Amino acid sequence: MKSLILRTAAPPIVSLMVLFSIFVLLRGHNEPGGGFIGGLIAVAALSIYGIAFGVETVRRAIVFHPLAIAGAGLLLSTLSGFLSAIFHVPFMTGLWITPVVLGVEIPLSTVMSFDIGVYLVVVGAVTSIALSLEEREDS
Amino acid sequence: MNAAGLTLLALCLPFLGALAAPLLTRILGHRAALVLALVPAVLFLHFAGFAAEIAAGGVVSGGYDWVPSFDVRFSFLIDGLSLTFLLLISGIGALIVLYAGGYLRGHPHQGRFLSFLLMFMGSMLGLVAADGFLMLFVFWELTSITSFLLIGFDHHREAARRAAFQALLVTGGGGLFLLAGLILLWTISGTTQFSLLADLGPQVKASPFYLAALLLVLVGAFTKSAQFPFHFWLPNAMEAPTPVSAYLHSATMVKAGVYLLMRLNPVLGDTAAWQTLLPLFGGLTLVAGALLSVRQTDLKLMLAYTTMSSLGLLVLLTGIGMPHAIEAAVLYLVAHSLFKGALFMVAGIIDHETGTRDVTQLGGLRRAMPLTFGIALVAAFSMGGMAPFVGFIAKEEVYAALSSLDPRSIILAVLAVLSNALMFAVAFAVALSPFIGKSVNTPKKPHEAPALLYLGPGLLALAGLVAALGSTTLHRLVSSPMASAIAGEARMVSLSLMPHLGLPLALSALTAVLGILAYLMLTRLRCALAALLAWLGWGPDRGFDQAVGGLVRLSFSLTRRLQNGRLDTYMTVTFAMIAIVLLVPLFLFGELPRPPIFPADIPLHELAVIAIAVIGLFAVLLAADRLTAIVSLGIQGFSVAVIFLLYGAPDLSFTQFMIETLTVVILALVMTRLRLSPTDHRPFRETLPDAAIALACGLGATLLLLKVTQAPFDGVLTEFFNQYSKTIAHGANVVNVIIVDFRGTDTLGEIAVVMIAGLAILSLVRLGGSQRRIADNDPDAEHDDTAGTVEARR
Repeated sequence: MKSLILRTAAPPIVSLMVLFSIFVLLRGHNEPGGGFIGGLIAVAALSIYGIAFGVETVRRAIVFHPLAIAGAGLLLSTLSGFLSAIFHVPFMTGLWITPVVLGVEIPLSTVMSFDIGVYLVVVGAVTSIALSLEEREDS
Repeated sequence: MNAAGLTLLALCLPFLGALAAPLLTRILGHRAALVLALVPAVLFLHFAGFAAEIAAGGVVSGGYDWVPSFDVRFSFLIDGLSLTFLLLISGIGALIVLYAGGYLRGHPHQGRFLSFLLMFMGSMLGLVAADGFLMLFVFWELTSITSFLLIGFDHHREAARRAAFQALLVTGGGGLFLLAGLILLWTISGTTQFSLLADLGPQVKASPFYLAALLLVLVGAFTKSAQFPFHFWLPNAMEAPTPVSAYLHSATMVKAGVYLLMRLNPVLGDTAAWQTLLPLFGGLTLVAGALLSVRQTDLKLMLAYTTMSSLGLLVLLTGIGMPHAIEAAVLYLVAHSLFKGALFMVAGIIDHETGTRDVTQLGGLRRAMPLTFGIALVAAFSMGGMAPFVGFIAKEEVYAALSSLDPRSIILAVLAVLSNALMFAVAFAVALSPFIGKSVNTPKKPHEAPALLYLGPGLLALAGLVAALGSTTLHRLVSSPMASAIAGEARMVSLSLMPHLGLPLALSALTAVLGILAYLMLTRLRCALAALLAWLGWGPDRGFDQAVGGLVRLSFSLTRRLQNGRLDTYMTVTFAMIAIVLLVPLFLFGELPRPPIFPADIPLHELAVIAIAVIGLFAVLLAADRLTAIVSLGIQGFSVAVIFLLYGAPDLSFTQFMIETLTVVILALVMTRLRLSPTDHRPFRETLPDAAIALACGLGATLLLLKVTQAPFDGVLTEFFNQYSKTIAHGANVVNVIIVDFRGTDTLGEIAVVMIAGLAILSLVRLGGSQRRIADNDPDAEHDDTAGTVEARR
C-alpha cells in the first residue's frame, strides 16, 4: 500500500506494539496477558508493517523464517516441560529460581520459558500464514 | 547379575550390535563380520548354559511389569521349546553373519545389511523367548519389518521392492489377525502370559469363542509360515541376498508360525477343529510345495518351495495328534534348519562364484569347487533322509507318526512319501547336478569360495552329522525337553541311527527309490508341471497383485468422491454435521432448555453493546460486497469482546479483540488472493440452504449454551484454582496459570497444533490446488505423461 501516512506512522507504531506485546507476555502471570495474547499483538504489528512496506521488508526484519521461529518456540516449550525430568518431578512441573540482580529479585521459571515458547509459536505460525497470503503469486 | 537379568541383557545385545554394525564395517570392511559374529556366538553360549537345567524339567523366566494396569508384562520364558529355537537362531545366526561378511564383501551397504540382520536376530530371539502376549506380538511384527528391510535390500530393483512389500503385507496383515486372536485368548482366559495360559487349556477349549480364537491365530501362523494359500510371498522373498534366504526364509523366521502353533498346542490343540485344519492346510502345503519346487530351475527357488513343503509337514505333524507326531515335528524342525540353511548357503556360493543360479546352466563344478561339492552332498543326504544324518532320524520319526491304519493316516502317509521323494530329487538337483557332468561356460570363471563363505554351510552340514551320531545327547538336551514343552507333558525321544525293521524303514526305502527315479526324470517332470501351471494360469501371486491393484483403485475412486476438492462442499458438510450434532440429541432426548429469564434491570450500556452486535449481524447480511461483509463481521466480534470485558473476563476479551482484528486482516488477504467476484451472485434459492444450515447451527449453539448454563454449577475447580494459583504456581492471574502451569501439557499440544496448522496452510498456499495432484494418484493414469492425461481429462 503506497500510503505516505501509513509509511510514516508504521515504524513507531510497530515498534511500540512489539514492545507492548513483550510487556503483555511477561506480565501475564499476574495480570491479564500471556504468551498467546502477546503473540497475537506481535502478529498484528508485523501485519501492519507488511501492509505498509511489503512482505519482503518484514521477512528481512524478522531475520528467520516465521516457521523456524514457531519451531524454536515449540522446542523451547517442550524443553521447559522436560527440564523437570532432571529434578525427578513429573513432566511440566513449574521450576522457579529467583536470582538477585543489583538488589532486585527477579523470579525466573520454566513456566515463563514455556510461555515465551507459546508466544514464539503464535508469532511464527500466524505470521507465516499472513505473509504467505500477502505475497503475490509470482514472487 | 542373575540369570534372568543377564538374559534380558542378552535379548538387547543384537540391537546394540545392529547399532555398531555400520560403524564397524566402515572401519574394518568385511572383517567386521568376524567381530559382529561374536554377538550371536556369545548368545549361543549363554543360552546353551541353560540346557542342563531345562533338560531336568526346569524353566528360566524373568521380566518386569510393562503396563501393570492392563496386566501386560515384558517377560520371557525359556523352556525346552524356546531353548531349541534360541539355540538355532543364535547358532545359525553366528554362521550367517560370517557368511554375509564374505558374501557381500565390498558391497557399499554391507554395514547396513549386517545391521538389519542383527536387528532381525534380536526380534526373532525376542519372539521365541516372549512369555507375554503383547511382547510376542511386538517381536512378531518386528520380524516382519526387518524381513521387509532385508528382502528389499536391493531396493533399486523393482522385483525386490515388490517382494518386500508383498511379504510385509502378508505377514504383517497376518500379525493383525494374530493380535486379535491373542486378545480373544486373553478375554477367554483372563491371562496375558503363555506360562499361565498353558494350564487353562480346558477352559479355553470349552469357551464359545474357541473356534474364533483358533481361526485368528491360525491365519497369523499360516501367513508367517507360508502355508497354502498364503505361501506365495516366500518364493518371491528369494529376491533377498542369499544370507537372508538361508537365515530368515528357511531356518528361522518362517518357523515362527510353527513355533506359535507348538506353543499353543497344549492350549488349543487336541480338538476336532485343530486336528482337521492343521493337517489339511499342512498337507496341502506339503504337496503344493514339493510339486512347485520341481517346476523351478533357479537353485534358490527350488529350495524355497521345498522349504514351503517342509513347513507344511511341520504344521501337519503339529496338528495330527498321533503318537510320535510331536517328536517327529521336533526332530524334523531341527534337521530342516541345519540342512536347509546349509543348502541355501551352498546355492549362494554357486551364484557368487559362477554368476548364475540356473540349474540348467550349471555343470561340472566338482573340479573347481570340491569343498563346496562335499558340503552340498552332506546337506543333501540329510535332506534326502539318508543315514547317518539327522535327516534320517527325523524322517524315521515322521513315518512312525504316520504309520497307522486309519484312512487319514494312510492318505497323509502316501502324500508324505510322494512329497519327500520329490524333495529328495530336488535336494540332489541342487547339490549334485551343478557339480557333475561336463563343465559349462558360466558368466564368471568358477573357483573355490573363500573361507568366510564355506565356513557356515560346512559347519551346519557337519552339525547334521554330529547331531545324528550323538543322538542320545541331542535327545536328552534338545528333542525331549522341546517335545515335552509342546505336548504339555513329559515326552521322551529315543530314536537313534540304529535301523529298526518295520514300516517306517520300509517307507524310507520307498522314498529313496522314488526319489532317485524322480531325480532321473526331473526334466520330464518339470516340463509336465510347467504345462500344468501354464494351463492353470492364475495363482495366488497374481491374485495378490489383483487384490492390491483393486484396493488402490477403490480407494482412489472413493477419495475422489469424498474429497472432491471443492471447499463449499466441505463447508456445507461440516456445518450441516455440526447442526445435526447440536440439535438432534437435544430434541431426541428431550433435553431442551427452559426459556431464559431476562433480568429487568439491564444497564443501558450493556443493552447498547448488544444492539451494536445485532447491527453488526445485519451489516454482514446486507453488505454490498464480500470485503464489506468481512469487515462488518468484526463489529459483532468486538461487541462480544466488550461484553466479556464487562463481565470480568479481561484475558478472554483481550484475546477476542486480537483474534477479531487478525481474522479480518487474514480473511481480507484470502479474499484478495482468491480473486473471487466482489459480490455473491447466486440467486436466492441457492443461498437458501446455506442460510438454513447457518440458522440451524446458531440455534443449536444457543440452545446448548442455555442448557449448559442452566445445569447446576460445580465450583470445585474454580475453588481449587483460586486457592492454589498463588501458593503452588506463584501467579495471580488464574487464567494464565491454568494455561501455562496447571494444564500446561494441554497448551503444549495446542501450540503443536498451531505449528502444524501453520505448516499446512503454508503448503496449501504455496502449492495451490491443481488437477495434476489428483491425477498423480490415479492408478490408471500414465505417469510419464501427466500433462497429456490432464488435458485429456479436461
